[in-house]
Parts: sequence; C-alpha cells; structure tokens
Amino acid sequence: MFDLQGFGPTLLVGAWMTIQVALTAAFFGVLLGLGVALMKLSTSRIARLLGDIYTTVLRGVPILVVILLFYFGAISAVNALADSLGHGDFIDINAFVAGTAALALAFGAYATEVFRGAFQAIPKGQIEAARALGMSRFTAFRRVSLPQVWRLALPGLGNIFLVILKETALVSVIGLEELMRKTEFAVGFTRQPFTFFLFAACLYLAMTIVTMIALQWLERRANRGIAGGAGA
Amino acid sequence: MNYQVMIDSLPDLLGGALLTLELVALAAVVGFAVALPVALARLTRRPLLWMPAYGFVFFFRGTPLLVQIFLIYYGFSQFPEIRASALWPILREPYWCALIAFSLNTSAYTAEIMRGAIQAVPRGQIEAAMATGMSRLTRLRRVVLPQAMRIGLPAYSNEVILLVKASSLASTVTLMDLTGTARTIASTNYMPVELLTTAALIYLAINFTLTRVFKGIEYLVSGENRAAVNDPLMQAGLNDPDALHKIAEK
Repeated sequence: MFDLQGFGPTLLVGAWMTIQVALTAAFFGVLLGLGVALMKLSTSRIARLLGDIYTTVLRGVPILVVILLFYFGAISAVNALADSLGHGDFIDINAFVAGTAALALAFGAYATEVFRGAFQAIPKGQIEAARALGMSRFTAFRRVSLPQVWRLALPGLGNIFLVILKETALVSVIGLEELMRKTEFAVGFTRQPFTFFLFAACLYLAMTIVTMIALQWLERRANRGIAGGAGA
Repeated sequence: MNYQVMIDSLPDLLGGALLTLELVALAAVVGFAVALPVALARLTRRPLLWMPAYGFVFFFRGTPLLVQIFLIYYGFSQFPEIRASALWPILREPYWCALIAFSLNTSAYTAEIMRGAIQAVPRGQIEAAMATGMSRLTRLRRVVLPQAMRIGLPAYSNEVILLVKASSLASTVTLMDLTGTARTIASTNYMPVELLTTAALIYLAINFTLTRVFKGIEYLVSGENRAAVNDPLMQAGLNDPDALHKIAEK
C-alpha cells in the first residue's frame, strides 16, 4: 500500500520516540495532576489560588506556545547562568526534556480537574467512617480515598492521554526526532509528502487504537469487584 | 524579562491575534455546517451513511492536527493532476490549507458533540412529536435540534476554546497568526521568551473572554436558570441583544 523507499525502519524509530515522550509526559502529568488536585481541595487559600492559576494558564495557552516557551526559556536561562559562571560557549537544550516537560505540564493541568472530580465522587460517608474508626486525616486519605481515585479517574486520564499522544507531534517543531520529524526527513528526501504524511497518520491511528484497547483492559481491571462496574 | 520589548511588540501581536480570530471564526462556522450532516449520518442505521461518517470522525480525531495540515498543504502537491486542476490556486495557499484543516478537524469533534446531544434529547419528546403528526424533518427542526443545541452547548464551548489553541499551528505553515507573529519577531530580535509570553497572555485573554461569552449564552438558553420569569435581567436579555454582553461581563 505504501512504498516507503527504505524509510520504514526510520519512521518506526520515530514512532518509538513518540511513545516514549507520551508515556513520560503522562507519568509526570499524573503525579502533577494528583498533587495540584490536592492543592485545589485543600483548606489553604494560597494553595487553592496557585492551583487555579496553574490550571487556568496551562489550559488557556496553546501547547505549541508552551513547548516553544520552555525550549527557548530554558536555553536563555541556562546560557545566562553559564555566562555568569564564566562559561562562554553556547549550550543547547535537550529537546526531549523541554518538550516532555511542556507536555507533562499540560497533561497535569487537565489531570487536575479529573482527579478533583474523582476525589469528590468518593462518598463522604466513607471518609467519615474512616475517621470514626480513629484514622487520621492522612491515613483516611491514603487507605480509603487514594485507592479508589484510580478507578474513578481512569476514563478521564485515558482521554487526556489520547490528546497528549497526538500533541507529541508538536515537539518536532523544536527538533526532537520523533515520528513527525522523521517523516519530514523522509518527505524532504523522497519528495512524496502525501505518501509519507498519510503513513504517519496511519501510525498515529494505530497508536490511538492500541491505547484505546489498553485503556479498556485497565478499566476492566480497575473495576473488578465493583457492582455495576465494567468488570462485573 | 524585558518588559519594554513586550509592550513594543503588542501592536504587531494584536494584529496577529486578528488573523487567529479570523481563522477560528471561519473554521468554527464551516466546521459547524459540516458537522451537522456528519452527526446525522452517524446516527442512521444505513451502513452507506454511517460508515463513511464514522471513518471521517475517527481519522480526524485519531491523528494529530499537525499531520492533517501538512497532508493538505504539502501532501497534495505530490499529484500532478491536482497541481494542474482548478483547485490548485486554493490548495497552494497556506491560508486556505490551514482553514480547510481546522474546519475538518473541528467538524469531526463537533459532530461527536452533536451526536451525543441529539441522543440526549428525551425519547418521550420525540414520541410526542410523532404523535402530533410531525414529519421527520419537522421533528428534527422543531423538537430535536433546538434542545440538542442547548444540551451540547457546554461541550461545544470547550471545542471552540480548543480550536483557538489549535489555530496556533497555522504558524507551522508560515501564516502570521498570533503564534506566527511572535515567532517571526523573536527570530529577528532574539527575545523569544518575551514574545511568546506576551502571545500566551493574549491567548489567555481571548479564551477568558470566550468562556465568559459562552457562559452568558448558556445562561440565556437554559430553562432551569430562567425559572424566575420575572427576573428583570432576563427580561432585558430577551429583548436587548446587548444584555448578553452585560451578563457575560458579570
């Protein structure tokens, strides 16, 4: 169907990089989202305000702008620091780190809302029962709320992952050699943009499908033993 | 941070923001118009209708927007037939290519929102409409769609915000939208952080305003919130189009 003129392996290497970026961003994004959700649910007004600013900004600014800002911001910060330390040479920034950090921040902003909803969906009576048994607030959180949050947050987190998986294509703009960048190389060499961009599109579709299957499996697993849950 | 650079670049960036808004408005209108037939096709039981609609939605929701733009802007040039055709003056322009990509992309997401909203219209109402002898089309026009619009509005306002952010990809095909302008100026004065931060603030302002406007519209069209029929604010809102903005500002 596709005549890839020997570029197939290169594109697969790029796809592997795409997967690594997406998974790394998701890992840190989930941690970030969990942390900020707790800030937003806390009684501290400052913590709530910081949480609100974070989610409002990261959800209101295009990811492309965030990626560029991270990349150029890190470059100028690092070089300013190096200059002040008497190091004259130009230091380049790792596109993987800058791109993944930007995507993780965006992931975290969306995940915050998902986690917040999940925590609020846990029946209050359970927390009250835990407290009545003499658990401290923290123990009640660790042993009652936290184990259930995963199950409730999973569908929302899955949707965010599907979005971020596609947004990884934007990291090609700062030069990371993921699927999109490798495809551009192949296009420049073969002069067949339609063939190669369509092939890349199909690879992204395949990744989307595999992710959806994996999410279904995870959700079934997470809902084991829940009446009316997907695993029942 | 050099604040003077940020202030000096403001007129240029606001000019870029105009192109951003233009692209968003046009793509939203075209996307909406394309989405309706796609959503209706998705809801039929005829394979010849729902299968292509499903494929369309699946492709545009499952692949990155960047790939879609490149496929249209660079991809079509691969075929001599297209380059010789009457469509070429349009398909070689980055402006039209970006607009086509944004419109198709948002129409796929909007079609799914519409489908969900149409399915959420209570079954009893459709049965009642049938019982009063309305034809399929009349039912759709007078019962299903008006309510579906209301149900789908919150999700649709999210989609418009996503479209504003997605429009930043216009800069990847050389368009001078808000992001494109910021990147271009930054490449001449070497102050990317200042310019991108200013652009980010303008995006925030646009999205903040849009959120408020949509909240105002939601308020105007939601029956539950309008329970107080004698509410003077609502009376004003129904008769005075400007009241929408006043409510949106609140």
